[in-house]
Amino acid sequence: MVLEQKLENGVEPILKVVDLHTSFSTDKGEVQAVNGLSFNLTPGKTLGIVGESGSGKSVTSYSIMRILEGNGKITGGHVYFNGEDITQYSEKQMAEFRGREISMIFQDPMTSLNPVYTVGNQICEAILLNTKANKEEAKKEAIEMLELVGINDAEKRFKQYPHELSGGMRQRVMIAMALVAKPKILIADEPTTALDVTIQAQILELMMELQKKLNMAIIIVTHDLGVIAQMADEVVVMYGGRICERGTADDIFYRPCHEYTKGLLRSIPNVDNMNEKLIPIEGTPINLLDLPKGCAFCARCTKTMKICMEEVPPELRMPADGHLASCWLNVKEGNYVLDEEVSD
Amino acid sequence: MSETNKSEYLVEVNHLKEYFPIRTGWGKTTMLKAVDDVSFAIKPGETLGLVGESGCGKTTVGRTLLHLYKPTDGEIRFNGELVTSKNVHKFRKDMQMVFQDPYSSLDPRMTVEDIIGEPLDVHKLYSTKAERHQKVLDLMSLVGLNAEHATRYIHEFSGGQRQRIGIARALAVNPKFIVCDEPVSALDVSIQAQVINMFEELREKLGVAYLFIAHDLLIVHHISDRIAVMYLGHMVEMAEADELNDNPIHPYTLSLLSAVPVPDPEKARANKRIILEGDVPSPLNMPSGCPFRTRCRFATEQCAKERPALTDRGNGHMVACWNK
Repeated sequence: MVLEQKLENGVEPILKVVDLHTSFSTDKGEVQAVNGLSFNLTPGKTLGIVGESGSGKSVTSYSIMRILEGNGKITGGHVYFNGEDITQYSEKQMAEFRGREISMIFQDPMTSLNPVYTVGNQICEAILLNTKANKEEAKKEAIEMLELVGINDAEKRFKQYPHELSGGMRQRVMIAMALVAKPKILIADEPTTALDVTIQAQILELMMELQKKLNMAIIIVTHDLGVIAQMADEVVVMYGGRICERGTADDIFYRPCHEYTKGLLRSIPNVDNMNEKLIPIEGTPINLLDLPKGCAFCARCTKTMKICMEEVPPELRMPADGHLASCWLNVKEGNYVLDEEVSD
Repeated sequence: MSETNKSEYLVEVNHLKEYFPIRTGWGKTTMLKAVDDVSFAIKPGETLGLVGESGCGKTTVGRTLLHLYKPTDGEIRFNGELVTSKNVHKFRKDMQMVFQDPYSSLDPRMTVEDIIGEPLDVHKLYSTKAERHQKVLDLMSLVGLNAEHATRYIHEFSGGQRQRIGIARALAVNPKFIVCDEPVSALDVSIQAQVINMFEELREKLGVAYLFIAHDLLIVHHISDRIAVMYLGHMVEMAEADELNDNPIHPYTLSLLSAVPVPDPEKARANKRIILEGDVPSPLNMPSGCPFRTRCRFATEQCAKERPALTDRGNGHMVACWNK
């Protein structure tokens, strides 16, 4: 079975990203942060985007939400939500779209919450903006939302300021705020990176629970392979603004077909044999101002061939499980199948 | 080094306490017990991992150990000799530190050569300029930096390279013991592995001992011989790394280990997590008795009354718990 059949199971994807390009104009030139990215998101499923700093994983989510910094621009491609191209939306349409259909939570809940308003006030604001509720209904709704995200003593917390809450509690408030309009998709950009492991476990558990309750799709952006293994149904591995590989979590962890993914998995401790030596990826992270002509990873890859430096590798379907990888090595070894050849 | 009172251990910490006075109101101060009665020992060439959540006092232990903070109480011994604030300068050469953030722990206005050479200057470890230069170059090649990097400034380097510079600086005086405070948590996954491998190689080559402070339990398990777990300024469990991972005893260690996201989808699905309720209590308002009792499933009356002591449960597996 190919990847799409495994994931979508006949259901139309809720979000389709097709050949997305995003770039930033800086003093030093044009930075191509996302370079031809495509993936689908199935309703009710979780997509994990994994990559290192500079891989374009956060820019991808900002591009979908159209909240790029002033110097950033989507320069090509489409983002279809339920069949409609939201890259063509006007700013006004986008303002109505954000929060209602797709919501987002960020890494640092302290800087995303306003310190001079109570959390209740901020959640009410989101409710008043996104639903038809009046002030009183909004307050009731806000307290319900706080309870939904597992905050005890919701009425008391409603009146408190962000600094009175712990980091985990603040992230819960952010999630409550993001979900007031029951969006179809929640984008979580490194939602637990600033939190301790025990609190991280609480928040991840909460996200999975809410996903089931509200039947929403989640895009989780992280550098932590552990979080990906736990949360994601589908995984997109990014490097230098391009997709290296996409597949189900099992495809990526057990049958990686791109040298970068393999390297990444080798550079974390092996849980079955902790004393095994780590094999790092040599070299330094990519400089987006100086992207190679060919594969973004070629400078650090141990198996670089001539073609890797000259041409961007095509995305190919792997014979073992139908997942997709972009690596010239697979072409050389004939380790791929064409879509027509794939049968159930 | 005194030859008289040599002990098996390189570093010994006994009943270390570090309290910080915090102003809590007009003329009122409360003692924040960042580290409360912590004891451990490290053998030459051994790596002790120190884990715990933010605010548990693990960084304070590392800093107090080097007398960067003056200990409130307790003793620190190096090679059997008592370290006090009066004689600490003579131990400085043997005990060094690598910091978490390579962006703020290196002077942006110094060249790499001067950063690595500064400890050599302080301890007068060379006689000629040429010797200093050579020593710096040797250190740079030891940590995998090129000689041409010597004249550059910090902003020209990536995070991983900066951490290498920080490590070269710590190694300049030939220390026997290095406190590593979250040395890889600011780095990307692929770079983390480079730095971790370097720590391991240096341990093999130079025989240095580490106190490896980190919150990433997988990394700590990988690099450490033994692991100590801290909670709210107290040590709750200490054991050989594999033993701690396979047979955790303290309820806090159990939930901490089960909360670690394992990078393996099948294991992650099978993992039965013990989700801890609530947050860590404020260290200004510590629970009576056992510090963990407010979040513990097994808490009894005794836990509220008396603090459990760290006791040996066989093979040096130390646990501080009344009920387990």
